[in-house]
Amino acid sequence: MKKEPVKIKERQAKVRAKDFDEVVLGYSEKEALDEAARCLQCKNPLCISGCPVGIDIKTFIYKITQKDYIGAYKTIQEKNNFPSICGRVCPAEYQCRKACVLTREGEPYASQLAISIHFLERFAGDFGMKSNTIKPSHVSGSMPYVKKVAVVGSGPAGLSCAGELARSGIKVVVFEGLHKLGGVLRYGIPPFRLPRDILDYEIDSLKKMGVEFVTNLIVGKNKDIDELFKEGFNAVFLGLGAGIPSFLGIKGENLCNIYSANEFLTRVNLMSAYKFPEAHTPVNIGKNIIVVGGGNTAMDAARCALRLQKINNIAAEATIMYRRSEVEMPARRLEIEHAKEEGVKFKLLAKPLEFIGDEKGFVKKMRCIQCKLGEPDASGRRKPTEIPGSEFEMSCAIAIIAIGLNANELLTKVTPALKTDKHGDVIVNPETMETSLKNVFAGGDIVGGEGTVIEAMGMAKKAAKAIVERLFDSLTPH
Amino acid sequence: MNIKISDKKILADISGSKIIQIKISAPDIAKKAKPGQFIVLMATEEGERIPLTIAEIDSVKTTLTIIFQEVGLTTRLLAKLNAGDSLYALAGPLGHPTEIRKYGKVIIIGGGVGIVEIYPVAKAFKEAGNEITTILGARTKDLLILEEELKKISDNFYITTDDGSYGRKGFVTDVLKEILSSFVPHPSSLVYAVGPIPMMRKVADTTKPFNIKTLVSLNALMVDATGMCGCCRVSVSGKTRFSCVDGPEFDAHLVDWDELAKRNKIYSDKEQHICRLYNL
Repeated sequence: MKKEPVKIKERQAKVRAKDFDEVVLGYSEKEALDEAARCLQCKNPLCISGCPVGIDIKTFIYKITQKDYIGAYKTIQEKNNFPSICGRVCPAEYQCRKACVLTREGEPYASQLAISIHFLERFAGDFGMKSNTIKPSHVSGSMPYVKKVAVVGSGPAGLSCAGELARSGIKVVVFEGLHKLGGVLRYGIPPFRLPRDILDYEIDSLKKMGVEFVTNLIVGKNKDIDELFKEGFNAVFLGLGAGIPSFLGIKGENLCNIYSANEFLTRVNLMSAYKFPEAHTPVNIGKNIIVVGGGNTAMDAARCALRLQKINNIAAEATIMYRRSEVEMPARRLEIEHAKEEGVKFKLLAKPLEFIGDEKGFVKKMRCIQCKLGEPDASGRRKPTEIPGSEFEMSCAIAIIAIGLNANELLTKVTPALKTDKHGDVIVNPETMETSLKNVFAGGDIVGGEGTVIEAMGMAKKAAKAIVERLFDSLTPH
Repeated sequence: MNIKISDKKILADISGSKIIQIKISAPDIAKKAKPGQFIVLMATEEGERIPLTIAEIDSVKTTLTIIFQEVGLTTRLLAKLNAGDSLYALAGPLGHPTEIRKYGKVIIIGGGVGIVEIYPVAKAFKEAGNEITTILGARTKDLLILEEELKKISDNFYITTDDGSYGRKGFVTDVLKEILSSFVPHPSSLVYAVGPIPMMRKVADTTKPFNIKTLVSLNALMVDATGMCGCCRVSVSGKTRFSCVDGPEFDAHLVDWDELAKRNKIYSDKEQHICRLYNL
């Protein structure tokens, strides 16, 4: 058995930091076989308990060792519709890999030695995608649909739910408010982490399964839930995502060139501002870009910013400022490593107090303060406290605030019967994901705040199962 | 989705900047749209998402009328489209509709293309039984739009032009001040103003001493226009609000006008650069 983990091939930091092409290149067949061979095939596999959707990891890795790649792909697909996506964006080191027996107990995240489950998932997913042997189980038009479901939002939750329902022979129409499909997979996650051809492939596969997509339609503005039922939909799934970006609430935060990460990433990813002026949406770039936050969104924003500096021949200086230390950063470890390799600087244990602008209203510097870690807070992470007298200033041409999102209230505000909690998130029955409205289900960030892609997909799957049971049960008289 | 322009009319054309009216067939939006709301559109696939006010809905609720002035690249590209051409994307209606009720006297002020926004609102206030006083302002006579339409629904009607080429020479606030001074405004009266930022700001300054409720509809920059990005944030009474989902209307006396004026110029350099590149 090979002890050392098989390193994944990546494009050289110097080269990749100048473009938006994919950073991680994936395993070759031989590399996948070597890595899969490291799996101990535990009698009682802990890794599975670490997966939010319970993928049979042991079996799919075993199938890879047997060179049954299609089998591996199908095994994953039983629980996860989009292995090529999750293999790229799942924070495996906090999930399956952390649970892997090769990670020592009590570690904050997976050890280097843990099996690279995510890379193997990606390998199987990409293999399945490339091989034409896989055909959707239901081909559109093969039989008339008896039931029809509206899916609101085309992000991870919406796409996952649509796939599940379509597979069960239900007609699905997905309504997306933006002009392009994919939700956060399109506007949030940059192409260098998730190439657009992969996302497009998965969406096309759903179309082939008979899923219909309607863009530019905002449920809550253009249509409400009642109208969907009146139009003949038997159930509705809400996968609206988290909405409103949070700001720090400090002085000077509305100065020009202070972006929410959502705005910055939407401009760059959805609107292709990195291709300005061929694409018409601008984004401002300058020296000293400071990103506030420590999650994946902060890493994505910093790495996009750095690339834009390089593309525009500006000396690259992008800094992530985080009020805790690196261990507490919620970002994927791989993203932190990649950001460092590419030259993103880290200013840890510090937080901004105030933004200071020039006479034209553009931010020029930040007043900050050093922090130290105290006792663990509600999140279980050690709480940062300010160190008196440690204030300092930093030059700042662009600031990007990546500290999270609040609930999207576009639909819930106009649907008072849809019960929400104090955060504005939709309340669901955790068993079925059904909301306070009958036959209206929900999943993803509109339910749980800011989860991962795979968690959203897990909720969507659960909801889809409940929807199928509800709709087909009603066909058989009790 | 095919979003067709069914009609196009040039309303004004001076020194290279046209004001253009287009009608777009969009029954889904037309059925829902109310006065004060806007749409977001993309002229082409590479284009920006820009918000534009819905000027009018036809009687059978299938067509939207949009009026815009050529200012940046997107409006100039939009201006090149003709009847029969398609837009790449269109979504709406967005923003809160104007709260239409009986105030008694409503003074409606429109400046430049802001006149587009006040037109549906003025109509709705008139239908709700209000006495409408309209003050229109334009740089010059040839840039004045919707004069006849607004005159028809107004009980009192005034026009000012900066250069004195039509109506009274001066600003809308000159007339507003006289009106407010000539009668004791009822505390329930309303002033509703839409136009360039300096105009709305002057209106706010003018009405403040009279303690009269004043609403403005802001034209902040937007991207998604559904509350997702925060590009359109404005400080209202010291609090950050999003124009797209919290507005677009706000109390004129509470808006941080300085901040809004500066934020609306974030991309001025890039706008000029790209217009030059595209020879527009």
